[in-house]
Amino acid sequence: MVTAVSFTLNGTAVAAVAEPAETLLSVLRHRLGDTSPKAGCLQGTCGACTVLLDGEPVLSCLLLADAAEGRRVETVRGLADGPTLHPLQEAFMDRFAAQCGFCTPGMIMAAKALLDRNPNPTREEVIEAISGNVCRCTGYLPIIEAILEAARRLAARR
Amino acid sequence: MRIRKELFADERDDDLAIVGKPVRRQDIEGHVTGRTTFFDDRLVPGLLHIRCVRSTHDHARIRAIDTREAERVPGVRRILRWADLPKKAHNILTIFNFGIDDEPALADGKVRYRGEPIVAIVAESLRAADEAVAKVRVDYDPLPAVFDVEEALKPDAPLVNEYIGRNWFRYWGDYDCQQIRFGDVEAAFRQADVIVEGRYQMSPIEHAPLETQGCIVVPGEDGRFTVYTCTQGLHFSLDNTAAQLRLDTNRLHFIGGTVGGGFGGKVDTVVEPLAVLAAMLTGRPVRYVFTRAEEMQVSSPRGAERVYITDGVTRDGRILARKIVHYHDAGAYSRLSTYGTIKSAAHHPGPYWIPNVWVDSFCVFTNRTPSSAMRGFGVTGGDFALESQMDAVARAIGMDPLELRIKNAYRDGDMKAHRKLTEGAALIECIQVAAELARWPLSEEARSASSRIGGGGDRGRVPPTPPARTRLSDRGEGERGRETSRIDAAERPSARATTPPPSWLRSEARAVEARAVEDGARRAAEGGEGRRREEQEPPEPPRPASGHGALRFSSVFGSRRR
Ligand code: FES
Ligand code: FES
Repeated sequence: MVTAVSFTLNGTAVAAVAEPAETLLSVLRHRLGDTSPKAGCLQGTCGACTVLLDGEPVLSCLLLADAAEGRRVETVRGLADGPTLHPLQEAFMDRFAAQCGFCTPGMIMAAKALLDRNPNPTREEVIEAISGNVCRCTGYLPIIEAILEAARRLAARR
Repeated sequence: MRIRKELFADERDDDLAIVGKPVRRQDIEGHVTGRTTFFDDRLVPGLLHIRCVRSTHDHARIRAIDTREAERVPGVRRILRWADLPKKAHNILTIFNFGIDDEPALADGKVRYRGEPIVAIVAESLRAADEAVAKVRVDYDPLPAVFDVEEALKPDAPLVNEYIGRNWFRYWGDYDCQQIRFGDVEAAFRQADVIVEGRYQMSPIEHAPLETQGCIVVPGEDGRFTVYTCTQGLHFSLDNTAAQLRLDTNRLHFIGGTVGGGFGGKVDTVVEPLAVLAAMLTGRPVRYVFTRAEEMQVSSPRGAERVYITDGVTRDGRILARKIVHYHDAGAYSRLSTYGTIKSAAHHPGPYWIPNVWVDSFCVFTNRTPSSAMRGFGVTGGDFALESQMDAVARAIGMDPLELRIKNAYRDGDMKAHRKLTEGAALIECIQVAAELARWPLSEEARSASSRIGGGGDRGRVPPTPPARTRLSDRGEGERGRETSRIDAAERPSARATTPPPSWLRSEARAVEARAVEDGARRAAEGGEGRRREEQEPPEPPRPASGHGALRFSSVFGSRRR
């Protein structure tokens, strides 16, 4: 009854078996060993499982693995370029935008989707972009600052 | 940021080099790269999963549990019941020789709150476990439930927890509450110009960590169990799991320290014992993780606290007497609420020198979700009440709220109601700096006040204190059930919540907006007569033996400024 699913994960072609109705989150975590997307609620309310599907943020706990067939999946594990961290990762560290760290992978991926689409967002646009991601620890302000800071650093590079 | 190093300059031996400077968390690179390993990121092959059948009633006797259909669900490996538990009831503080084992890990024939685990299904997949949960039939005999601390103390209230035997916790085997007796509040109320009463109610609050609590247990070939867990207290949870399973501690190896949000909600050690037991009985690795719904409904919240405060105040803003009755809603089981209650008593009457103080702090059982630790529990609720009351007092006498606080603040050398001399007081200076930054005008007197001046002397002595009763419910040990909760009306905690203002004072008190308690006057009148005085001052509560005891892990007795 298992089916095969294949897609690119952080630039690498991968294939995995999946049970019927198995979610992308489960395939990523349990079958491919990428545990960076987290299970905070498994009901689409917290955003901890956010990954990018063809560049768009999706809740991998609600998405059936089949939906990723042939597509491009990105997680925070693929964000760094070798030992060089992505400006979002650097800014999150500098701005103390992670405490327990459980929301962080999903939060950074939601932010990445925003900056890829809109390299120069306003504060309001940042808030909108992470409005589906719950953080219990930070109170959001350091996260918002970090994303704005990352946008500035990316702009300076261009 | 500016650090006011000129304050207490001669006492400082710090350079505060780190304050105000950005510092990187040592674990943050793992967080931003997705490499931090939370307990559930351990990929263990061959896992069994636990799901619990949970009570749909707030309070009920269980007539029968029928698991026959559930056992037939493919993939179900074991169904754990109360009979399987090596220790039939437990409390996480009894490993320190404090408290009473009052909570079964699976229902013991009765459920005392909605969501209480009754049986645990151990299955090859979560889907199989969920299917089996739905097929367990529990036949309940519903009992009347009680959800309010003061209702729970009434003589006819249903008994919540038979292990405790009454709806409140008895401290040191003797005291129905944590008490403070200092000076004579009744006499001082008669001298006061104004009596101000307040009733303050906290809500239970769920910690809501992003990571729900859970653990993965892997049995090793050496007879040991490796437990990957999100507990906030690794050794505390190891010791409690060992105690609950009657295992030597060297059979357990706890790995953790990476907590996906805790806030006090991950110390109760509710998942580890069942998961280790399941691993022992099946010989397989076991995972037990709360769903989001379980995290919100059945993990311990902050306890609801209700605080009554009566102050006797002079017109010029001196608090002469403060009487407090503080109720902690422990829910159905003590967990850490017994300790939170101690903390509240240690924290009252707030950071103020008040020459007459009377406090009763009760740990009360109700049919609500058991509450436990959360961010300063006991203290936070007390402070909310105390500082709201300070504002009410300020309004009642028409005084600036900061001036009132400065006037009554502890100063070095003051005797606290707990019979400790104040040292390192700094409230006055904190308020002065805060007022300056907020451009809040203070009088010359308040601006020139100092924590080092004006304390001690007469303020440094323990005032004559009338003998206090030692017990509310002098019924003797060994009584069980409803009998024990039958306390005399005059002695019932709820009836003693406030002090009767002398009749000549009452109209005046009312005139100055002093009534935050709707029924305060009535309760005051009820509580006014016929209180029994015991013959003698209560002895100091016995200190727990060297290094063991709830006080040991408390910071509430710290006293230094830096
Ligand atoms: S785990 Fe997917 S939204 Fe919470
Ligand atoms: S850092 Fe803990 S939830 Fe966001």
